[in-house]
Amino acid sequence: MAFFSKNSRTIINNLKSKAGLSRLMKQSRNCCSMSCLNNTNCCRFIPLTTIPQLRNPDSYSHKKGFLFCFQRFQSTTSEQQFASLPNGEHNQELDFPGGKVVLSPEMQFLSESPCVYNHCYRVLDDNGQLISNSNFVQVSEEIAVKMYSNMATLQILDTIFYEAQRQGRISFYVTTIGEEAINIASAAALKSDDIVFPQYREPGVLLWRGFTLQEFANQCFGNKADYGKGRQMPVHYGSNKLNYFTVASTIATQIPHAVGAAYSLKMDKKDACAVTYFGDGGTSEGDFHAALNFAAVTESPVIFICRNNGWAISTPTSDQFRSEGIAVRGQAYGVRSIRVDGNDALAMYSAVHAAREMAINEHRPILVEAVTYRVGHHSTSDDSTKYRPADEIEWWKMARDPVTRFRKWIEANGWWGSETESQLRSSIRNQLLQAIQIAERAEKPPVNDLFTDVYDNIPSNLHEQEKWLRGTINRHPKDYPADVPV
Amino acid sequence: MFIVKFVFLHFVCLLQREREMALRNIMGKRVRIGLMGRRLLSTATCDVESGNSKSINLYSAINQALHVALETDPRAFVFGEDVSFGGVFRCTTGLADRFGKARVFNTPLCEQGIVGFGIGLAAMGNRAIAEIQFADYIYPAFDQIVNEAAKFRYRSGNQFNCGGLTIRAPYGAVGHGGHYHSQSPEAFFCHVPGIKVVIPRSPRQAKGLLLSCIRDPNPVVFFEPKWLYRLAVEEVPEHDYMLPLSEAEVIRQGSDITLVGWGAQLSIMEQACIEAEKDGISCELVDLKTLIPWDKETVEASVRKTGRVLISHEAPVTGGFGGEISASIVESCFLRLEAPVARVCGLDTPFPLVFEPFYMPTKNKILDAIKATVNY
Repeated sequence: MAFFSKNSRTIINNLKSKAGLSRLMKQSRNCCSMSCLNNTNCCRFIPLTTIPQLRNPDSYSHKKGFLFCFQRFQSTTSEQQFASLPNGEHNQELDFPGGKVVLSPEMQFLSESPCVYNHCYRVLDDNGQLISNSNFVQVSEEIAVKMYSNMATLQILDTIFYEAQRQGRISFYVTTIGEEAINIASAAALKSDDIVFPQYREPGVLLWRGFTLQEFANQCFGNKADYGKGRQMPVHYGSNKLNYFTVASTIATQIPHAVGAAYSLKMDKKDACAVTYFGDGGTSEGDFHAALNFAAVTESPVIFICRNNGWAISTPTSDQFRSEGIAVRGQAYGVRSIRVDGNDALAMYSAVHAAREMAINEHRPILVEAVTYRVGHHSTSDDSTKYRPADEIEWWKMARDPVTRFRKWIEANGWWGSETESQLRSSIRNQLLQAIQIAERAEKPPVNDLFTDVYDNIPSNLHEQEKWLRGTINRHPKDYPADVPV
Repeated sequence: MFIVKFVFLHFVCLLQREREMALRNIMGKRVRIGLMGRRLLSTATCDVESGNSKSINLYSAINQALHVALETDPRAFVFGEDVSFGGVFRCTTGLADRFGKARVFNTPLCEQGIVGFGIGLAAMGNRAIAEIQFADYIYPAFDQIVNEAAKFRYRSGNQFNCGGLTIRAPYGAVGHGGHYHSQSPEAFFCHVPGIKVVIPRSPRQAKGLLLSCIRDPNPVVFFEPKWLYRLAVEEVPEHDYMLPLSEAEVIRQGSDITLVGWGAQLSIMEQACIEAEKDGISCELVDLKTLIPWDKETVEASVRKTGRVLISHEAPVTGGFGGEISASIVESCFLRLEAPVARVCGLDTPFPLVFEPFYMPTKNKILDAIKATVNY
């Protein structure tokens, strides 16, 4: 805590009267407080109460529920603050083309970690009980039950498909275990016109929108009913009907796509936004940085949802980045952001709901960092016990399960019970087993689909190659799988 | 030092004069040549009108195409670094004023962002016309082009596509560009199923081809020969017109040897053809125009006529697109060939500054190769 000079103390005293700042300074650790105060860009909070749908306006708490907001051109406040400085001429404002600066003869470095801990928004405690004085968007019984059913369905879907891969019936699978709340709650807070650009751990969004268990199975088996025509690995779902862009294995490439799509929605004046999902690993890719910057500059209505689940395959976040999580990066790009407990379905719902309002009404991007834990392995090609303790996984699975947590809340509301629970689970299980059987027996797409859709029409070189290939197939049929019609 | 400088300038001037003369021949009849390359004064569009054509240079033709594109499709956008004020090559002059900042805008300095954003815009049914300032800087966008744009339709089972995406970039030697203002990276993109690669040779071709690329329902990379931006002047129809993609054009008839090329190199090849004629060699010159998917039929038909092929491009010879053409022709026309397929291309070095005249596939290198092939 260096840099305490006479001037500085005066500044602090003058600012003490401003709402909340002094309390925050007491709370903050790792804070080069002087650097923050001298920063021309004054920190401002947006209380959640300014967002209409939120309940409990009187429960405004300094400890919880802040939106840490950075308003770049709110020069009125900073002018007021500095007007009362004794040595005004040392701290003049100056206009450079790169920005308005407040000069200072004191050398200050901006700290590598934020002034204040980036608060993580949660509404339900670990036992599914509402935290007192919490702000959240109310959810009806119908929606809540649908959310829970979808979360449970996702769990069962994952379990059964994972098993199917282990049995050799599908080649590959990726589970979403531990991240059901992020998937379902965020999907529930969106509308069907919102365009989704997923990574690959968000099948719950598709599920919420109405993708059937049979459709999931068809893609995993790559049969002729697969909308992707059997071209990609399992879990690479896509549905233009449900506004869910096709999954690709490439990391973070979808993030700038979402920005372009959001810009289009803005130009068309649609009441819709673009939403894109990615993990903590994805935030290291250049496309993430490019996208956030573009979104801010183009003022596009896009929601960036980061599933910070602690692991990028075997790489823990400490090997991934040294920033204080992901939400803090938003400010660096001029993007409003929030950190949310990703295992709290109500908090996720509220945050995404609020984000959507702001994105569409204010034409701005929003970054939502959902902290969670990847309970499953990265994929069926991974055994995560090789790089993390088995009991850590077990603990998160049992003690911090987002599905159980939400169930406790809806049960407490009298909206769910053990009977409905077992009914749902056995029904979904049976449906899934059936869907898999049907998908497995179905024909694969014809070999002609190898050549279509490279371009809108088949070019002459591909016509040539198809002819040549068919000749080869005729001469050596045993080289080719029997279940692909020729 | 002064002598070295003088000699260097002399060679550069020769190179340019060669190009200038070559341009006279490559384009339509009433041609006005712009001033010499290096200390260029602006060649504004000429007042000469012919029917409803006007004599304009390449960047003006591109500019016209963009004006037409934005005029005819309200969902067309032009974006990239510095496009708002008109662009570093003036290709986007007047667009922002006419169509507004929401449709014509600067992007941050980030090629992967430009193309990624463009893909998203195109995926929503818009015509996204992205500019990469120099082809030399296209590589950060390579992942987005290869892994995303090229596979967007295929991987989705045709549920989605980004066909409305067109990426424009100036490419090729400019006399003083060095490593990073002279590259011809077309070969990298020709290896990617799912995109099209188009390269115009002149202003008239550029306007028609660019409009076709913009309106083609597939993502296209359009390389513009920057050397010709001011230097090439041609009669260009003022109206909206399109030229077909994947159709090569025989721009000079001949019977002894087929020459295949694209872009600015064609004017050099034309020069070689003219000189070869003085030695009694009749050369057929083919402009490929679209590199993928390329028009094998036209080239094969020409080779069946002449029995000899020579391919020329500025890009380094190894791994260049000339190799693909050569292999394909050998496969289909082997028994007709009277001589090995010749390639006169750039050297396998980074594009040099002082050594540019040595690096480039010059008229005389081509002429020597024509003679060697004919006399094989």
